[in-house]
Amino acid sequence: MQGLLAIWGRELKAYFISPIFYALSTVFIFIVSFMFFYSLQSYTQYFMQVAQYPTMMERININEMIMRPLFNTMSFVAVLTLMPMLTMRVFSEEKKTGTIELLLTSPVRDWHVILGKFLAAFTLYTAMIGLTIIYPMVLQVYGDPDWGPIWAGYLGLVLLGGGVITIGLFASSLTENQIVAAVICFGAALILWMMDVAAESMTGMLGEVVGYLSVLRHYNTFEKGIIDSTDCLFFLSFIFLGLFITVRSIESTRWRG
Amino acid sequence: MIEVKDLTKKYGSFTAVRDVSFEVEKGEILGFLGPNAAGKTTTMRVLTCFMPATAGTARVAGFDTFSQSLDVRRRVGYLPENVPLYLDMRVRPYLEFIAKIKDIPSRDRRKAVNRVIELTALEEVEHRIVGHCSKGFRQRVGLAQALIHDPDVLILDEPTNGLDPKQINEVREVIKGLAGDHTIILSSHILPEVSKTCERVVIIDQGRIVAGDTPANLDARLRGSQSISAQIRGPVSEVMDLLKQKDGVVDVKTRSSVGDGLWQYDIDVMPGRDLRSEVASSVVGSNWDLVELTTAGMSLEEIFLELTTQEEEGD
Repeated sequence: MQGLLAIWGRELKAYFISPIFYALSTVFIFIVSFMFFYSLQSYTQYFMQVAQYPTMMERININEMIMRPLFNTMSFVAVLTLMPMLTMRVFSEEKKTGTIELLLTSPVRDWHVILGKFLAAFTLYTAMIGLTIIYPMVLQVYGDPDWGPIWAGYLGLVLLGGGVITIGLFASSLTENQIVAAVICFGAALILWMMDVAAESMTGMLGEVVGYLSVLRHYNTFEKGIIDSTDCLFFLSFIFLGLFITVRSIESTRWRG
Repeated sequence: MIEVKDLTKKYGSFTAVRDVSFEVEKGEILGFLGPNAAGKTTTMRVLTCFMPATAGTARVAGFDTFSQSLDVRRRVGYLPENVPLYLDMRVRPYLEFIAKIKDIPSRDRRKAVNRVIELTALEEVEHRIVGHCSKGFRQRVGLAQALIHDPDVLILDEPTNGLDPKQINEVREVIKGLAGDHTIILSSHILPEVSKTCERVVIIDQGRIVAGDTPANLDARLRGSQSISAQIRGPVSEVMDLLKQKDGVVDVKTRSSVGDGLWQYDIDVMPGRDLRSEVASSVVGSNWDLVELTTAGMSLEEIFLELTTQEEEGD
């Protein structure tokens, strides 16, 4: 347990010592801010237009018009494009510099090493996502957003991110080359994303199965403000499976040397 | 302390280590000698539980490296060939991190870190970033890392690799200072290294052990005949004749003129005879100048080459 915590702590510090985290979070916040500004503007414009029709006014919804596009952007930017860059170094760098030999000959279990590294990336990701809480707070000052769906959206985002981190860890455990790790992670995440589209063109059982595997479909429920146990279970098993195959991959590294 | 039995390790179809068996007693320093790619690192990696063996067993301090891996890892300090350093950390925090993953309880951690910093003389650089340290310091940080949990067994893979002579001496002193309390295996492809620090040497080539003994015994075992090397100033043919007549001399060769009428002679003598004083008195008695006289035993270097080339011829 001490080993797990030590690895978590060291890994977190490594993110802050290197410029990775600063670069990624700056890009992330910049894009999300732009999206927030843009949706806020179109919302106010729309609001002005429909102000004189009371029936239309009832249908206007601050959550739907601002927070949903924002969650969409965040999932796409943070999870799909920035996550591979956050996780690519996790094992690749250790393999390249030889520190993996240190970790694997220390009295720490393999899955403690992997869990420690997962938690570090996850903590960082959550912090990055956490920074965006400022936007619903701004809305709270000037309007009256519904916080339930917002929290649900954040929960979805955190679970989705956790899943993609495990893909990144696995990809990183396969190679010494960070770029290759990033490409594998990005490719795998993109395929999971596109399963939604694939499912629509398929019929019957196959369509149903592929549709169930679509990450986006499960995430969308959270975005709508619904916390469904099926979706939670989907992401939790996703994370578990990802960690499991990473442990296996590290074990096979041992055998192959 | 360490028992290796019929150890075999294959990487795909390539056999890196083949039926290797040896034992190391408590407190002993064993030298692992072999050319590059002989299987030294692979054997060490099995002993440190980095990788499992394909066949055979290895036990360290009574624990099996495969089934009781965590127990073994707690008792082994390992310095891999590529010193495993996080280059962006500072020396002290790096050692503190190592202390944590080596399971040292928090109350002893500070003491343990201080102890190894003193032992490996790192006081000067303890607040420096590891990546900014010189190669010699990095090697010592690596050694400190291996020693931090005061392990019973130390496994050092080419500990003096890439250091300058002064640094080599420093590291060698540290290692020698550890003998007695610790059982040490160290590998090298440089021979004086091993003969200077180790009590026993195992020579490994192409994944097999070709010889194992004390440096002195190895020396004696392989020396068919002893030879004396001398530099004498005098008429070459007369000197040759005189030396050849001596009882116990097998053969005399002149290698080259060293200049100024001085010649270098190699005198092969029968094993177990020391003819140095007789050679000296007869040369001086003939009024020639004797400038140098030494026994030229086969050096470990030559033994090593002989053993490893014999092996190649046998294949």
